[in-house]
Amino acid sequence: MAIIESKNLSFDYIRRDENGNVEGITRAVDDISLSIEQGDFIAILGHNGSGKSTFAKHLNAILYPTEGSIYVDGKDTRKEENIWDVRQTAGMVFQNPDNQIIGQVVEEDVGFGPENLGIPTKEIWERVEESLKAVGMYEYRKHSPNKLSGGQKQRVSIAGVIAMHPKCIVLDEPTAMLDPNGRKDVIRAARALNDVEKVTIILITHYMEEVIYADKVYVMDKGRVKLQGTPREVFSHVEELKELRLDVPQVTLLAHELQKRGLRIPDGILTMDELTAALKMGDICH
Amino acid sequence: MSLILNHVYHIYGEDTTLQTAALQDICLTINDGDFIGLIGHTGSGKSTLVQHLNGLLKASKGDILFNGQDIYDKDFSLKDLRSRVGLVFQYPEHQLFETTVFEDVCFGPKNLGLSQKEVELRAYEALKQVGLEDDFFYQSPFELSGGQKRRVAIAGVLAMKPDILVLDEPTAGLDPKGRDEILGQVKKLHDESNITVVLVSHSMEDVANYVNRIVVMNRGRILYDDVPKAVFSHYKELEEVGLAAPQVTYIMHKLLEEGFPVRTDATTIKEAADEILRVIG
Repeated sequence: MAIIESKNLSFDYIRRDENGNVEGITRAVDDISLSIEQGDFIAILGHNGSGKSTFAKHLNAILYPTEGSIYVDGKDTRKEENIWDVRQTAGMVFQNPDNQIIGQVVEEDVGFGPENLGIPTKEIWERVEESLKAVGMYEYRKHSPNKLSGGQKQRVSIAGVIAMHPKCIVLDEPTAMLDPNGRKDVIRAARALNDVEKVTIILITHYMEEVIYADKVYVMDKGRVKLQGTPREVFSHVEELKELRLDVPQVTLLAHELQKRGLRIPDGILTMDELTAALKMGDICH
Repeated sequence: MSLILNHVYHIYGEDTTLQTAALQDICLTINDGDFIGLIGHTGSGKSTLVQHLNGLLKASKGDILFNGQDIYDKDFSLKDLRSRVGLVFQYPEHQLFETTVFEDVCFGPKNLGLSQKEVELRAYEALKQVGLEDDFFYQSPFELSGGQKRRVAIAGVLAMKPDILVLDEPTAGLDPKGRDEILGQVKKLHDESNITVVLVSHSMEDVANYVNRIVVMNRGRILYDDVPKAVFSHYKELEEVGLAAPQVTYIMHKLLEEGFPVRTDATTIKEAADEILRVIG
C-alpha cells in the first residue's frame, strides 16, 4: 500500500493586507499527483522557490491542501482527528537544526518525541541510545546542544525524529549546513534506516550526489513535477536540469563534457565505475 | 594592504572546566588580491578564525596586524577595521530588517557617517555589483527569493567598501544555479574591483573552481596553506580530517588505478576532460 498518496494536490499562499483583504495569491504547489510506496527512498529536487518544501509540509499536516488531497498511510491529512497519526507516521527534519532543538542535554532532546508519545521510560532510553548511535552522536549524549557545531546539531535533530519510530522520514535539505563528512554521515544514516528498518525516506536536497541511490527522483519547477524517474533517467537530461537551475553529479557532468567533445559515452553515467567502464570500451573515439 | 595573524590562540571558556582551544598557534598572512578558500570540518575553528579578522573576537594570545598596525592597540580604531574587513555571516538574509532593499543596503554606509548622497551612491553601486536589477530596489527584502536576499545582504557589506570581503558559507541552502551566480559575482568583484576575498566553504568543488589559495583548518590549527592543486593532492589526509577532494580528483585517481596514464591533479571538470582527452583522444 502506498504510504503517501497525493491526488491533484494544490496549495496557495495568500497574502493579506492589515484589514485581511486578499492582496495576492501565489500558487506554490500546482496539481501534484504521486504515490510513494512504503520502504522507498525518494528524492525531490528543485530550485529555490520551486515548491519542494511547501509540498513536504503537506506530508505531516503542517500545511493542508487548498485543492486536492493527500493521504499519509491511508489517512486524510485534512481531518483533524488524523493529525496525531499523520505526524507520528511522517517525521520531519528541517534545514536549520537551531530551530528544532529544545533540550538542555542531547539525550533529553532526543527523548522529547517518544516521551510525548507516552512511551515507557525504559523504552525511551533504549530508543534514545539506538537513535544517537544511528547518527554517530552517542558519545555526545551528555553534552549541551548549544555547544555542538551545526552539523552535530543536525544529527541530533535526526536522532530525535528516529526515536519516534516513524514509518516515513521527510528530510528537507538536512545537509545544507554540513561539511563533507557530516553530509556523508547523515546520508549514510538515512540509507541505513531505509535498508535495514525499511523506513520510507523522502529527501529534499540541492546536492546531486546525494540522490544517486534513490529509488525514484522527482524534479519540481513552479509547483509542478517536471521530471520523474530513476536517478539515471533524470540525470540523462543534463541540459534540461541546468535550465531548471539544477545540476547533475560531477561524474555525470564529466561524462557529458566528454560526450560533447566527441567521445561515444552512454547517457546517464552516475558513478566512477560506470565512467571507467565506458572509457575502457574500445571504439569510443570518433 | 595586508592582514597578518601572528601566533594567534583563542580559548573559549578560559579558566573554567569547559575550556576549549578553538584556535591554536594560527600564523596566516592575507595578502592584497588573494582569493582564499577556508575549509575545515564543522567545529574546526573556521568561523572563530574569521571573527578575528575584523576584531569581533579578541585573541586569547597572539597579535593581529592590519597594515602593520596592531589591532589590539588602544589607539587603533576597530570601527575603522570593521569597515575595511567586511564579514558576511552564514545565512546573512536573516539579518535583513529594513522595509526596502535599498534602505537595507544603506544601513552600513549610513553608520560610517557619510553624507546621504554618498550613502545612496554606495548602496546603488553595491547592488549593481551583486547583479540585482533596479526593479527590486524598492521591494521589501522579505519578498525576494533566497538567492536574491542573500545578494542584498552581501551588497550591505560591499556598500562599506571593504578591502577584504569575508564570506562564511555564502551558498549554503541555495540551488546550484544560485550558488554559481553568487560565486560568479564574488569572483567578478575580486577580478574587477580588486577586493581580497576569504571564502569559507564546505564544497570542495566550489573551492576548486574559484579560489587561488586554500587554507585547511583542523582542530583549531592550520593543516595546509597552499594552491588548490597542492592541497587536493593530500586527499587521503583531507579525508582523515573530515574533508575530501573534489569529485573529479577521485575520478582521475580511479582512472589511473585502472590503467589510464592520466595525471591526477585535475580539480575541475574542464581540467579532467582535457586530461582524459589528452590520454585517449
